[in-house]
This record gives sequence, C-alpha cells and structure tokens, in this order.
Amino acid sequence: MRESRAFDLSSPRAAWRDLSLQAAAWFAAAIVAGMFLWLLFDLLWHGAARVDWTFLTTTPKSSGRSGGIAPILASTLLILFVAIAVAAPLGLATAVLLSEYTRREGRLGQMIGLSLDVLAGVPSIVVGLFGNAFFCVWLGLGFSILAGGLTLACMILPILIRTTESGLRQVPDEWRLSAEALGMSRATILIHVLIPVAAPALIAGLMLGIGRAMAETAALVFTSGYVDRMPASFLDSGRAISVHIYDLTMNVAGGDKNAYASALVLIALLIIINGIAVALADRALTRRVSAA
Amino acid sequence: MSPCSRDARLFWILSASALIASGLLLLILVFLAKESWPVIQNAGLSKFMRSDGWYPTEGAYGLLPMLAASMAMSALAIIIAAPLGVASALFCRFYAPPLISRMYRWAIILLAGIPSVVLGLWGLTVIVPLILAVSPPGTSLLAGSIILALMILPTVALTTEAALAAVPMTYWQGAAALGLSKEATILRVALPATAASIYAGILLAVARALGETMAVLMVSGNVVQLPSSLFDPVRTLTANIALEMAYATGDHRASLFVSGLVLTALVLALAAGARRSGGQIVHA
Amino acid sequence: MTKSTGSEPGQNKPAPATPFTVSPIVAGPTCCVPECQIRIEDLAVSYKGVPAFKDVTLDIYRGCITAFIGPSGCGKTSLLSSINRLTDMIAGCSVEGLISIDGQNVRDPTLDVRALRRRVGMIFQKPNPFPLSIRRNLEMPLREHGLTNRAELDSRIEKALKDVGLWPEIHGRLDAPALALSGGQQQRLCIARALVLEPAVLLMDEPCSALDPLSSGVVEDLIESLRGRYTVVIVTHNLAQARRIANYAAFFWVKERAGTLIEFDFCRQLFEAPKHELTAAYVNGQRG
Repeated sequence: MRESRAFDLSSPRAAWRDLSLQAAAWFAAAIVAGMFLWLLFDLLWHGAARVDWTFLTTTPKSSGRSGGIAPILASTLLILFVAIAVAAPLGLATAVLLSEYTRREGRLGQMIGLSLDVLAGVPSIVVGLFGNAFFCVWLGLGFSILAGGLTLACMILPILIRTTESGLRQVPDEWRLSAEALGMSRATILIHVLIPVAAPALIAGLMLGIGRAMAETAALVFTSGYVDRMPASFLDSGRAISVHIYDLTMNVAGGDKNAYASALVLIALLIIINGIAVALADRALTRRVSAA
Repeated sequence: MSPCSRDARLFWILSASALIASGLLLLILVFLAKESWPVIQNAGLSKFMRSDGWYPTEGAYGLLPMLAASMAMSALAIIIAAPLGVASALFCRFYAPPLISRMYRWAIILLAGIPSVVLGLWGLTVIVPLILAVSPPGTSLLAGSIILALMILPTVALTTEAALAAVPMTYWQGAAALGLSKEATILRVALPATAASIYAGILLAVARALGETMAVLMVSGNVVQLPSSLFDPVRTLTANIALEMAYATGDHRASLFVSGLVLTALVLALAAGARRSGGQIVHA
Repeated sequence: MTKSTGSEPGQNKPAPATPFTVSPIVAGPTCCVPECQIRIEDLAVSYKGVPAFKDVTLDIYRGCITAFIGPSGCGKTSLLSSINRLTDMIAGCSVEGLISIDGQNVRDPTLDVRALRRRVGMIFQKPNPFPLSIRRNLEMPLREHGLTNRAELDSRIEKALKDVGLWPEIHGRLDAPALALSGGQQQRLCIARALVLEPAVLLMDEPCSALDPLSSGVVEDLIESLRGRYTVVIVTHNLAQARRIANYAAFFWVKERAGTLIEFDFCRQLFEAPKHELTAAYVNGQRG
C-alpha cells in the first residue's frame, strides 16, 4: 500500500518528479538543438559567401587559402569511383550468396556475417593503416587514388553487403519458388526478378556507402595522399575533399574560410546523396506493400 | 549455355566474392600483425605498457598516456552524450509536438551525418577559442570530449528512440490502467524495459568515440601526456597514428601498427559487449 | 518398442501399407482409362526429423484429376512438392520412398531436375506472377528452356493464354504489368505460365483458396477443362470443389503425429460410400 502512494499524482514528490523529467527532456533538447543550429549557422555564415561556381571550378591557390577546389572535387569523385567500382560488385555477389544460398541461422551465413560485422567495427584509422601497408607498400601502388579508393572499398563493404542482403531477403519467397517450379535457373530469376525488385534498397545501400566514403578522412590521409593538383591517372596522388578541409584547418594559417566553404560543399553533397537514399528506401517500402 | 552450368558458374562467382569479402578481415588482421612484428620482436610487448614515455625513435614506446587520454576522452564524451541522448529520445517520443518532434529527429539524423572533419573544423574555430578564454591553451581534453559527445549523441539518441518505439503498447495500457502518470510510466516501465538496448547503444557510441580520429586530432592539442585536468592538451591513440604515420619508418612505423592493434582490440571488445546485450552494429 | 501415443488400446491399427488399387470395373468418367502415370510407394517426408507424412502409397492416373483432401498439417502440400522435388529447396527436409513418373524414378539423384519440373508444372495457393509484363511472364520460362524463335514464342504464348481463357480479356495489353491483373486473372496467368511449357502433370496447391468466389469459380472451370489433356493433382480444403471436379480423391489424416493416407478411391465412392469411418466423419463435416 505504501509503494502505491509513490505513483500517486497528488503526492507532491511525484508531481515534482514528473515536472523535473519533463523539464530535463526539454532542456536537453534545447541544448542539442542549440548546438546543432549553432554549427549549421557557422557553416553557412563562414562558408556560403565563398561557395559559387568559380569556387567549384578553379584550382586552389597559395596552399588553398584562396582559389577553388576543382582538382579536389575531381580526386574525390575518382576515389569514390574506385571504391564503388570495387565494392559494389563484390558486395552484391556476397549479399546474393548470403540471402539466396545460406540460411539466416545457418553456420556459414553466421560466420560470414560475423566477420562483416567485425570489419564494420574496425576504426577507420586502422583500415587506413592496413591500406597503407597493403595497397601502398605491399602492392606498390604508392600514395594514389587507386590505393585510397581500395581502402575505402574495404571500409564500405560491410554496409553495402548488409543493406543489399536485407533488401534481397525482403523479396517474397513466392517468386523464388515459382521460378524453381518452372525449372528456371537461379541466375535468371536473380537477374530478371529478384535484383530489379530489390533495386531501390540496393541503391539506397549504395548511397549510404557513398556517403560514408565521402565523409571519411582518416583512412585517406596516408593512402591517397595530399597532393592538390588535378589528378592525371588513378596512380596519381589525389586529395579528397575531407582531407582538404583537414589540411586547410590544421596546416594552413588563414585557411579557415576556404575550409568552411569546402565543408559546406561536402555537407551539401552528403545531404543530396542521403536524400536520394531515403527517397529510394521509401519507394522500396511502398513497392513491397503494393506487391503484397 | 545450359541453365545448370550457368548456375554452377554463378555459384562459384558468388562463393569467390564471399570468400574475398569475409577474408578481408583476416587479411587486415594479418597485415597489422605482420607490420607490428618487427618491433614486437625487437622490443617486446611489455615495452608498450611501460611509462617511460613515447619516444619511438629512441626505443621508448609507452602507450599508456595515449591510452589513458583515449579512454578519458571517450568516457567524458559519453558522460555528456548519454544523458543528452536519452533525454533527446524521450523528448522526441513523449514531449515534443509532432512537427517539432519530426524536425528534431531530422536534425539528429543530420548531425549523425556530419563528417567528423567538419566537426573538428567547427570545434577548432568555435569551441577551442571559448575554452582558451577560460584556461589556455584551449585545445584540450575538454574540447575533444565536447566534439566527440556531439558526434556520438545521435547514436545514443537513435538507438534509445528505436528501443522505446519497440516497447509493446500493452505496457502503456497496463500502466495507464494502474493510473500511473506519463513520467512514472517512462521511469518505471519504459526505461527499465529498454535498458539493455540503451546500454548497447551507449557501448557502441563509446566504441565509435574510441575509434574516432579526425575530430579529436583537430581539437585536443596532441601533447603526449597523462591528463591531469580537463584543460590539458592530450594525444589519443588514433591521433598519434594519424600524426606520425606520414613520416614514421622502421620500428617507429611498426609501433604505430601495434597501437592500431591495441585500438582495434579495445573497440571490438566494446562492440562485442554491445552485441551481447542485444544491440546491433549500427551502420547509419 | 511401441511409443505411448495416448491412443486407446484396441483401436484398429492402420492396415499395413498396400497400394490402393482401384478396380476398373467401378464406373468412372469416360475420359479416365485408369492408366497409372505417377506411382508413389511408401513415401515419407520429414522436416528436421519431424515427420510430415509417412507410409503413403498411391497411384495417380493419367489424364485424371486427383484431389488430396484432409485437414491442415497432414502433409498434403509436402506430398505435392515431393512430386516435382520442390522439397529439395527446403533445408532439413528429407524424403524417403519411391516416386516414379512414367516409370522414371523422380528421386534419382542424377535426374535433371529442370527437365522434371518442365514436365511437372506447379500452381501455388497465392497467385505469384513475376513482377514483369504479362508477356515476359510467359516468355521467360520458354527462353529458359531454350526457345528463342520470336514467332514460335508468340504462338505458344497465345495458345497458353487461350487455354486459360485469358486471351480475350488481355490480348491487347500483353505488355501491361502482370501485377495489375485481378487476383483470378493472376492465378490463370500462373496456370498459363505452367501450361506454356507443355507439361504432362500439373500440381495445384489450393489454387482457389486465395481468390474471391467468382474468380474461384472461373479457375475451377478452367481446371475442369484441363481434364484429359493433363494429369492434375490438386490439394484442396474445399470438399465441394473436390467433389465437383475430381475423378479420384485421397483422404489424409494425422495419425501418431504424422500425416497418413486413410483412403483413396474414386471421388464419388469416397464421398458417397467411404470405407473408413474417419473419411465418413470428415466428408460429412463431423470431424476436421
């Protein structure tokens, strides 16, 4: 009987507790929202003035203090291209094996899944160490766009595989069964039915991976390098936009303004990519509902 | 080509890909070990745990100050981020009007997507000068913790919110039938029911904080020392690798790989803990 | 050695498995010259050691419609999918016993499963056309089995659609998405997709149970029209339907936690003069 009084609304202690919890929630939200808006405001305030067409299309001058970011954008895109070109087919094939040939609770699937989850947990700087030792030194690629892209491929592989796998698993079994009953090969049903149906989910996963790769800095600093010239080949060193922001902030006195402008460009790109991913994921969801 | 042989070929391609993808982890670990081996052989692992400082070119590999800095910074960050994150989730689910809740959630997701290098830039140009005004040099353990807290807060908030969303409706109805207030239900029913998931989210957030490099590197001063106050500049394990990798050679380079292994072990232990208490590796 | 199953002593044990042969003297539909096409002997299927059914021995006659009836969970669907070896797809599923179609052992490990499934079509409970156009739905299986001649493809598609009565309804919009069709049309498309491969046997797993009564009637008429040209095995919960369309009926019941064949006979015989009291109780709606 005494305990139940603790819940009693009329007791002053309970009323005080209720009020303070409510106040704490509003207060915390205010702090977080305040910090976020502050950050956003600063980015826009410092960055927006500099971002224009010229900024995007000219080369950096005096170590990036002035000028634009054209070669940096080019290097970023090339690094992304390498990462996606390697990780996407590998990820798709592994995901197909996991979803079509292994059972979720099966031994093999569990083992592959575990190794991917562990890989996803490895800190990016450590992936960078590996990239440096394996791609740059052991394979002799040096500091290059190719080495950086391959390192990023290792980083985004787990997320690509996991999203693709869950996308494929959501495709109803009935089509697999009917294809099997018609004596059709798994390759046919995969190419003509399963992958097209799961495509929005697959592309959403790809976009997530691209977003992750684009935001990455630590793994690139000592794999793709610092050189801010326009890259001429995949074996050239190239500076990714995140590395550019880092370098301008830390190593170039007076580089803040252009660092903010580059940060704004990077975030704008990320928001666009993320928007595409969300839209596609929604479409995947509605498509599934309408197919059911 | 007959369907059968096509399928057999498909299967082989898939298996080969899966082998590469799942062998990657092994390859990474093998290469880390291989690159670390020279210094382990020359100096022995015990040298890394001694407190004679970090002078890798002179054979002193004391990782302890950096290990301590990494842990202190992550601990501080989660002390800031966990209450804010849980409270954010409560706000979003129970207190905010629908429109504000949606916008707030959107802000948290956006915050999660901000690259760490941008947070570092902002920290260095905004937070560090503020701390400098209180106690120089500004780049400090505190600055690193604040930026890290901002970075990992979305992880805590989003996992907590997902866990709260999964609390069965019957709990709420049961609590309402007992005449409990909303707050009493949150404190005595919802939070206890989701404790395991929140805990897992917090562990994942700590793992992320420990593994973070750029933001920390940019705002925490990078002096190798055991921190004695919040305002001391410190160097974390990750920052150390990023700073010295560019020019390290020989045993020095190998010692950086050792610190990479130590870091990986720490992070994976936390992730394993999170997995065991019911959390999932959050990819987003 | 006998496990206690809680059954009362003295209850008559199931008779030792003997083939349920039907004497040709009993009058049946004229189309049905009883010639055994599918022979099933001592068949048992289990999932991870849990039996779905066992000791099933029966003959399925060419050109006739054979209905499997009985309550849920007595192994009818498992039996059906062991005929085209769809049970291979299910992990932990093991099949024992003999199935042969036209004298060819279905369970022979060296058998080309794709060729088998081309001869034995299957229709599922829920209409499951591929999320492609109507034409692609019919074309894909044909191309898969090596037919690429455009004119030949078109004529086969047209013939299959005419067979299922869809042609007048949809011949103008073959490139429309199959999922835009109504449920009954989708199911008929699925039947056409099976027929386009010109199978000898059609297995149907409750083909009407997911449809509205009107479409159900159309599909039922379609199945009836297949009599004589194809050997049809149909699982159904709708006793009236079985009675209307089937030549033969097999009644299954769960005994000792595994599905068992209780009675197999001419459909009319099984419904009007069942030999077994369980069958009588079931078809009269007293049990199940």
